[in-house]
Amino acid sequence: MSIRTMHNGLLKKEFSTVEFARAYLRRAEETRSLNAYIHMTPETALDAATRIDRAIAAGSPLSPLAGIPMQLKDNLSTRNILTTCASRMLGDYVPVYDASVWKTLQSCGAVLLGKGNMDEFAMGSSSETSAYGPVRNPWNERHTPGGSSGGGAAAVAAGAAAYALGSDTGGSVRLPASFCGVVGLKPTYGAVSRYGLLAYASSLDQVGPIAQSVEDAAIVFDEIACADPQDSTCHGKREGCAAGLRHPLKGRRIGIAPEFFHGAEEEIRGAIERTLAEMESHGAELVEIKIPHLQEMLSAYYIIACAEAASNLARYDGIRYGQCSTRGVTREERIRFSRSEGFGAEVKRRILLGNYALSSGYYEQYYGNACALRQRAKEIFSQAFASCDVIACPTCPRTAPALGQGALHPADGYAWDICTVPANLAGLPALSQPCGLSHAGLPLGIQWLGRPFDESTLLNVAWHCEQQANFQMLKQEVSDGV
Amino acid sequence: MEYELVIGLETHVELSTATKMFCGCEVTFAAAPNTRCCPVCLGLPGALPTLNQQAVASAVTAGLALHCQINPVSVMERKNYIYPDLAKAYQISQHRHPLCRGGYVTLRSGKRIHLQQLHMEEDAGKLVYEPGRVYIDYNRGGIPLIEIVSLPELSSAEEACEYLETLQRLMRYLGISDCKMQEGSLRCDVNLSVRPVGCAQLGMRTEIKNMNSFSYMRKAIAYEAQRQIALLRSGFAVEQETRRYDVPSGTTRVMRSKENAQDYRYFPEPDLLPVSLPGQWVNALRADLPELPDARAARYEALGVSPAIAQELVRFRAVADYFDAAIRCGASPVFAAKMLIGPYFEAKTGEQEREAFSPCVYPEQLAQVCKKLDTHALSPAQAKAMLGQALRGECTLSQALAGLPEHPPEQGVLEELCRKALRDHGDAVQSYLSGKEKAFQVLVGAVLRAAQGKADPQAVRTLLKQMVDERSFDKNKP
Repeated sequence: MSIRTMHNGLLKKEFSTVEFARAYLRRAEETRSLNAYIHMTPETALDAATRIDRAIAAGSPLSPLAGIPMQLKDNLSTRNILTTCASRMLGDYVPVYDASVWKTLQSCGAVLLGKGNMDEFAMGSSSETSAYGPVRNPWNERHTPGGSSGGGAAAVAAGAAAYALGSDTGGSVRLPASFCGVVGLKPTYGAVSRYGLLAYASSLDQVGPIAQSVEDAAIVFDEIACADPQDSTCHGKREGCAAGLRHPLKGRRIGIAPEFFHGAEEEIRGAIERTLAEMESHGAELVEIKIPHLQEMLSAYYIIACAEAASNLARYDGIRYGQCSTRGVTREERIRFSRSEGFGAEVKRRILLGNYALSSGYYEQYYGNACALRQRAKEIFSQAFASCDVIACPTCPRTAPALGQGALHPADGYAWDICTVPANLAGLPALSQPCGLSHAGLPLGIQWLGRPFDESTLLNVAWHCEQQANFQMLKQEVSDGV
Repeated sequence: MEYELVIGLETHVELSTATKMFCGCEVTFAAAPNTRCCPVCLGLPGALPTLNQQAVASAVTAGLALHCQINPVSVMERKNYIYPDLAKAYQISQHRHPLCRGGYVTLRSGKRIHLQQLHMEEDAGKLVYEPGRVYIDYNRGGIPLIEIVSLPELSSAEEACEYLETLQRLMRYLGISDCKMQEGSLRCDVNLSVRPVGCAQLGMRTEIKNMNSFSYMRKAIAYEAQRQIALLRSGFAVEQETRRYDVPSGTTRVMRSKENAQDYRYFPEPDLLPVSLPGQWVNALRADLPELPDARAARYEALGVSPAIAQELVRFRAVADYFDAAIRCGASPVFAAKMLIGPYFEAKTGEQEREAFSPCVYPEQLAQVCKKLDTHALSPAQAKAMLGQALRGECTLSQALAGLPEHPPEQGVLEELCRKALRDHGDAVQSYLSGKEKAFQVLVGAVLRAAQGKADPQAVRTLLKQMVDERSFDKNKP
């Protein structure tokens, strides 16, 4: 059911918001084996639902998101609600303030079902580094849902949330959306407030929606995209995107860079080619472009992300909040034990990498070069967008791997991000949506990259793509078959 | 071999803005612990800083007054280090691209101490020690600071103190900081090395952290210079290290050796945009600069005030402003200056007392008293005593005036007193008439004494002269 259908159903009193919230809470309970939620918030959900029912009865004007049950990734600060970042370090951390996006959604009347499972501190591509156990892919529970916002993508795919808010630092919204066959939008850096998003890499992090459809993603994006005086890097509202989804496809130029397809699995390449051919037949123009240095962008991304992470995570010492070890006598020992016990292996790995890259004598070689490459990436994309309106490419070179593979070789997991990190590095908006199924029955994803702050065009093209791919019907067939 | 000192200072000035550097928390001294905090200055996960424009304006004002080059674009960076009073485990500061470069401070000798840079940063919280426990108070965390880094051009403890006093006075003038060392709103790190006199190369330096009083700084410099000279004289090398001044022993002690030096891993703060200063905005701040102490002292000297008194007047802006108001109301500069520095400062001896300048006399009243003096309606002794009482707040000026006759003795009374003096001191009159000018003073003194100090000396002098002349004229009459 789309958000619009739900909204109309609530307005026409076909069902009450409370009934609706209960149904979603039940569905979340039924799909518990997915481990998509770290903790549920039924009381918060039912309180909000009761309020919306009253507002509906009173005939008050409602936001399109009023009464719609949703999930927040567990790295978004929620007042009086546990916010763990899927880490033992924050196992008992209850924030005293709300993230700006959550404040906005609350004022819209959102119904919070619970906090989404994820990779610890959003570091990972498989949602397996969570201290609360791995998330499973609803299409096949032996497979990963992708990460780091795996809980959100799994919940939306399984109908255990109408939509979810994730965060995307190097693909963390798009990769799980691709693996779980749903839509994931990473907005332009600066389009959505980061205030209250527990930072992984501040210059790359961006909050974005995971939804059932392009229209749902657009509706959520329209609500959360606004300037925030509490986030200096967040500046600005553009016109609503949902209204322009049906703008004709004719004349839209789709850029295709062969570099993005190197190393992509045959099935993915095929599905994308078929989708693009279909769109061409509906009036889109396909243009070949060049995006060099993808491999270098991946390296630059990991240097910058780890450097910022090392600094962002240095505050977790267990003194004022979070995990405090019982071992150690001196202050320094206590902090060391707290961090050793509180952080998982992947987080420790990235903190070490980051501190190394920033240390004196290595700064220019690593961080300095990475920043130069980031500047180069912006130029490369700016040139590319001179000859096209959007760029099409795979979200990930492969489909969802079986659980346990990422943990064996961390660098393999990093390589899954090669198609997603460029958008973060260059600050561009990007969207992943399903475009087919593999012979193993796993979703295949296509990714669109757009010009900075041009989510409108991006969502418009994605909406047409959705019409062609007809993935919803495929999904129905598969579900029926199970 | 003789050695000379080479000193550079890193001075931290706390800006007296209404709110903190990166959040809306109020800045108040001595508030109850942890009552001026929010998610931002507590560094709670996910909270983001936003730059306080007032703090930037204050920092630019300081830079302009110190003749710095103001960089149109500067960058906030993270200085990473772990200490419990630093909530985020990094201090937001400036490093590679500071707000200001260059600039200088002029000492009384005319020597210019050049500045390397002036940058903005945030203060850390405070650790409060109790036996067996340590508490953290984050009220100070996030208060805006500017750090002013001098080049190593100071060559004695005296110069270092004068440099710091000059900075202190300037910041107070600009109204951007109260610069109270005892409250920590002015702090200073001393970089010190010694070298043989005449040697061009700098010696190995040590850094003495966190000086919070002028006298400790003087003592620390004296001790550290002697320590380094003694090391060199006995054939040892000075180690590059960070030291602290130990008050009870009057010595400096090692905090960190070079091997344990911190690697701050500076990198641009991703949560803040670069600081861009529109040229027009900087020009407006430049136009708003008040008249600075040196210029002001020079102006007072030109009005006839002595250099020493002029320096005293400009030491605190409130005093200088008061003085200016009084002369605008027509007070004679020389007299007003004497009245301020004399009667008032004699009673207020403490630095803090003087700084908290709150005379109970309006500048217009001071000007009126000065005018009475000009018209000889009051004697200097009377005016001084009366103003002293009123300025010190012992009584109001009108009460003081009531305690004195509103007017000097009436002409008739004064004439009678003069006649009596002439009668009583016939010998003095004779001496005067025979050419001894000094003898006249005896007559004047007698009249003033008889009038109990209430008569105007000039009026007495005129009257006496007139009477003596008349009498000699009478005598010459056949």
